[in-house]
Amino acid sequence: MLYREAGDFKTTYVADNQTFPLKLDRIGFWVTMAVAWLVIPFVINDYWASSLLVPFLIYAIAAIGLNILTGYCGQVSLGTGGFMAVGAYACYKLMTSFPDVNIMIHIVLAGGITAMVGAAFGLPSLRIKGFYLAVATLAAQFFLVWLFNKVSWFYNYSASGQISAPERLVAGVAVTGPSTPAWAQYLICLFFVTVCAVIARNLTRGTIGRSWMAIRDMDIAAEIIGVNPLKAKLTAFAVSSFFVGIAGALFFAVYLGAVEVGEAFGIQKSFLVLFMIIIGGLGSIFGSFAGAAFLVLLPVALKWLGVDVMGWPTDLVAHFQLVIVGALIMFFLIKEPHGLAQLWRLAKEKLRLWPFPY
Amino acid sequence: MKMKTLAAMALAGAMSAAPAMADLVIPDLSYRTGPYAAGGTPFSDGYQDYFNLLNARDGGIGGEAIRIVECETGYNTEKGVECYESTKGEGALIYQPLSTGITYQIIPKATVDEIPIHTMGYGRTSAANGEVFNWVFNYPANYWDAASVMVNYLLEENGGDLSGKKIALVYHNSAYGKEPIRTLEELSAMHGFELSQLAVDHPGQEQKSQWLQIRRERPDYVLMWGWGVMNQVAVQEAANIGFPMENFIGNWWAGAEHDVTPAGAGADGYKSLNMNRIDASLPVFAEIQSLVHDAGNAAGDGSNMGSVLYTRGMYAAMLAAEAIAKAQEIHGVSDVTAAMVRDGMANLEITEARMAELGMSQIGPEFSVSCENHGGSGLGIVQQWNAADAQWVALTDYIAPDDSVIDPLIAADSAAFAAENNIEPGCL
Repeated sequence: MLYREAGDFKTTYVADNQTFPLKLDRIGFWVTMAVAWLVIPFVINDYWASSLLVPFLIYAIAAIGLNILTGYCGQVSLGTGGFMAVGAYACYKLMTSFPDVNIMIHIVLAGGITAMVGAAFGLPSLRIKGFYLAVATLAAQFFLVWLFNKVSWFYNYSASGQISAPERLVAGVAVTGPSTPAWAQYLICLFFVTVCAVIARNLTRGTIGRSWMAIRDMDIAAEIIGVNPLKAKLTAFAVSSFFVGIAGALFFAVYLGAVEVGEAFGIQKSFLVLFMIIIGGLGSIFGSFAGAAFLVLLPVALKWLGVDVMGWPTDLVAHFQLVIVGALIMFFLIKEPHGLAQLWRLAKEKLRLWPFPY
Repeated sequence: MKMKTLAAMALAGAMSAAPAMADLVIPDLSYRTGPYAAGGTPFSDGYQDYFNLLNARDGGIGGEAIRIVECETGYNTEKGVECYESTKGEGALIYQPLSTGITYQIIPKATVDEIPIHTMGYGRTSAANGEVFNWVFNYPANYWDAASVMVNYLLEENGGDLSGKKIALVYHNSAYGKEPIRTLEELSAMHGFELSQLAVDHPGQEQKSQWLQIRRERPDYVLMWGWGVMNQVAVQEAANIGFPMENFIGNWWAGAEHDVTPAGAGADGYKSLNMNRIDASLPVFAEIQSLVHDAGNAAGDGSNMGSVLYTRGMYAAMLAAEAIAKAQEIHGVSDVTAAMVRDGMANLEITEARMAELGMSQIGPEFSVSCENHGGSGLGIVQQWNAADAQWVALTDYIAPDDSVIDPLIAADSAAFAAENNIEPGCL
């Protein structure tokens, strides 16, 4: 009835190719943006920022990054945690070596450094694929964590091996360090999420994205029709690592403020981000957000429900959390193997026909 | 009628949602799940039981009821941050996260929010310098004290000479495990022993290669900075390679019953430090039994009473309660704020007379805190596991650390922190 193409006339190719072809979608998108940019910053408090929204936004960037590699280009990676660590340590070294340069530039540079490291670890993907590539990226994960633990130059020779973010300002407001206001923390993450999502969305529907998808769907066929696998795979690794590096830099500098590489960027982190894109939907930008929301917000919601509302013992709730999240993952994978994004797609298909399905 | 029920429900909801503001709120950032739960559970049980005892026996502290807000961290820093943020709004008076990683995380945040942190024998060692870390306390002892106490004990064992000895440090590869390295390096240069470092990655179940290396290098002594499942595995591995257990010394987080019992008789003779004495016959335990456990208010399953970490959790709670009482005395109000509790902590004095009065005579050393010194006395005892009787036996009295080594290190590290964070050292 409301949600349909009819009456939404496109008169140019640009209009025809836009991201949201339906008017209601466009309205929905701009309303979401307006709420995120103009409403939430005024009502956010410390708890909402550091427990829910900031980790959600940061994981969304990481999930977009991994989704480009795994969802769009079909290269399975278990090195996300390691690449996030590269972003975090690059950001830390830049922040402490060049304190006068704006932190925003450091975060982007940290992404660039991660892109180079990611491309280097992507080289084996030219020869190996599937499970074997997963093992090669697993090696990257362990090697990078070991490196940041072993070489004390990376953590400026601090006794504990921890890195902690000094205070840095953007336009006179602290965005890292303990006195950061909740809204500044939120806005800087929101800024990077918005930019990353727009870039990722436009990359994936352009030439380069199509070459990734061609490689994913059948690499030999892609090569025969003229897609250069070297270029496609390495750009996928580089672009993916760029996003993951930005996520790592924000994770360290804005969200936690101090990290220890083994704990913050261990193999669990790689799996967590991989689960996000599997649950959210491989090959979908919306899926990256949905998956990040699912795995960040659900445990907090369950904890709130169990401990604060029901008054159960905390350990019981923590165990239940694992059981429920695990059960939901299985449920979704059985009922909808293509993830939450596919559910959303189906819902939209149904909505177009509503109320007169044939 | 229906309106009435609804109104009553809304009222009940509002009452449960909005806490009575007069309570003394103590967050308990515990971990009863994950690979470190074996240590986190008894500590948290002891911590909560003591506050419940105060509520049941004295009606709280200075007439103010205590409300414990428990939050499960799983020893994970991200969850720790979430717990910190979700509990600080309730009027939290003091944080004791029982995790060095979480401590590093919340030191800057709590300093801005002006809530004191007490990290008893863990956390950031240089927080002993109260002029830089105004809001962080680590009395009665810290990691560098522990390292020095171990070396002093070994010196005593060897007639004052450790030159040419080989000492290996098996440590948890995290901020926690890396803390003693700097002190041990200093001490190794001073006393001429050879130090080798063996890192064990989280969670610590994989230690075959480390112990193979120990078997090959045959160090005279092995020191351990372990926690959680790592301790049990290390003790088992040491027993497997036939390392003489009396030369294997853990720090005070690697010396509880559950660390040694899995290895059975093989663990006999294993030594560890302790910062508090263990004595299941202390009168306070009988009171907890009758007023808390028998009343059905036991934290956890109530099975840990009197164990090493239960006792330490209770000791931590006692130190917090004494600091709150001191704050009430200083400021003359019973409903204290976090800032007042900080003053109480900075002026805390624990005497044997007071400990005896509380029914826990000799549980810890006597010490006093000042604005400059947040570190306490730094004393530690060495205890040994007797597998036949299944109990820890104290081998020594309190051993003092070598302050001439530690004090300059604390000064240097805290000065570096102050410079990094633009802190002007000084008392509040």
